[in-house]
Amino acid sequence: MRRALAIARAEFLIVRRNRWVFMATLIMVLFALALTFAGSAPTGALGVDMLTVSVASMTTLSVYLAPLLALMMAFDSIAGEAERGGLALILSYPVSRGEMLMGKFIAHLAALAFAMTMGFGAAGAVAAFAGGAAPESLMALLRLILTSVLLGAVFLALGYMISALSGSSTGAAGMSAGLWLIFVVLYDLGLLGALVLDNGGAFTQTAFPWVMAANPADAFRLWNIAASDAVALTSGMTGAATALPGWAAPLSLCLWPFLALMLARLAFRRVEA
Amino acid sequence: MTDAVLSIAAATKERGSLRTLNAVSLDLRAGERVALLGHNGAGKTTLMKLILGLTPLTDGRITVDGAAPGSAHARAATAYLPEAVAFHKSLTGREQLALFARLAGVSTAQVGPLLERVGLADAADRRIGTWSKGMRQRLGLAQVLLGRPRVALLDEPTSGLDPISRHELYAIIDELAAEGAAVLIASHALTEVEARTDRIAILSHGDLVANDTLANLSRRAGLPTRLRIRAMPGAADRVAGQTGGARVNGASVEILCAPENKMEELRRLSHLGDLVADIEMTPPGLEDLYRHYAEGGRT
Repeated sequence: MRRALAIARAEFLIVRRNRWVFMATLIMVLFALALTFAGSAPTGALGVDMLTVSVASMTTLSVYLAPLLALMMAFDSIAGEAERGGLALILSYPVSRGEMLMGKFIAHLAALAFAMTMGFGAAGAVAAFAGGAAPESLMALLRLILTSVLLGAVFLALGYMISALSGSSTGAAGMSAGLWLIFVVLYDLGLLGALVLDNGGAFTQTAFPWVMAANPADAFRLWNIAASDAVALTSGMTGAATALPGWAAPLSLCLWPFLALMLARLAFRRVEA
Repeated sequence: MTDAVLSIAAATKERGSLRTLNAVSLDLRAGERVALLGHNGAGKTTLMKLILGLTPLTDGRITVDGAAPGSAHARAATAYLPEAVAFHKSLTGREQLALFARLAGVSTAQVGPLLERVGLADAADRRIGTWSKGMRQRLGLAQVLLGRPRVALLDEPTSGLDPISRHELYAIIDELAAEGAAVLIASHALTEVEARTDRIAILSHGDLVANDTLANLSRRAGLPTRLRIRAMPGAADRVAGQTGGARVNGASVEILCAPENKMEELRRLSHLGDLVADIEMTPPGLEDLYRHYAEGGRT
């Protein structure tokens, strides 16, 4: 663990120096603030406070942005290191591949968590000042930050996996884009297609919510929506959320980081330094 | 050699159908400096990666300070300088070396003096991205010195270094060996390792074709000494005729003779008297030896 922390320390210096932390935070703050102001119109009609609407919009934002930022941070970390010849040198030290992976993960997750907290926190503060905030909507905001970090963790680990599998930095970049597209866009499109074909049959009734919860991006959405009636109301996405037991989506999202890290570790084992 | 710190026995590596290393056996004792010579692709880097446990052996056995390659003990006992050292551009030299110290489990108090030792004290707090290739190579060397290794593997350590830095590098290698490390140096720079190593091993297409001291290797190879005789104007033909040598340009004649016949040949030449303006004698160098062993003559 001491060695993993040594790696984490150096990796955190690197993401801070190459302005990753700054850029990610800036992107999060700008998008979150923009959504909060743009999305403040329906508050009167729905009878909820401004923070709730803001959280609902930011949930949709985070589904796209958290995986994207995480993959961009992670895709180069093994392939790039192997390409530059640094991997052989690090692995000649008594540090295991698992420790090395863990060190990178800790540093990148810390950077991501900082960006999420600053971005959503700033937007939340603005919304609360402008339109007031009930304790329940503050909880929703906290939940949003926590689940976004979890979602980021999943895609950091998947990014390492891709980085280990691809063998080159450019290949890893391409595969990351593909992975993002599959999890965030194509998976849902596929499900939508299946629903239309099934036309309200057995698949729609029983399997569909579970298949949806199996995708970490959808699990993230379901968790945030199911946990807050007000958020569900403003996002208009209650059907799938109510069809599942309350623990399903949180369990999926909490298990995914471990699963993805295991996959990354397995892929990393095959990389020849 | 039972006291070998690094022991390689019949090490074989196959990549697919290609055999990159063929039953290579080599032992290094503490304090010994061994040069590992070979063409590009002869298997030098492969051998180092096998010793580091970065890639598995197909056959044979390697022990590093009694432990299996890649085991925690072996890795703690080994220092490695890769051929193309790449560090993180955005870290400073001090930060990068501190990371290595923490990974090696040695005190970071070593970092400052080590940077000074390799002549990087002034640049220590600048980012490595702004450094020259030679400076990065020195940093690579500094991390080799961390925590007194038992075995040091240096892959082309002099590449990118200017002549003075090379000299300093070999002084550091001598120090390492004096402290009891077995040092294996893969190199192309033949003339440098000539004077600076105790033993020379030559790899050719995955085979170890030579492994001995320079003196023994040259005795066994029996390569001829080259005598170049510069004749007085107009006398070159007569000199060639009397010595049986070959004309090489307008005024010179060249004779090849076995090392043990050298003095006899010189005595013969002295009888030519006024015809000879000058004699130059070149014993076989490492380059000739290398060519001899790498291109055929197995020991």
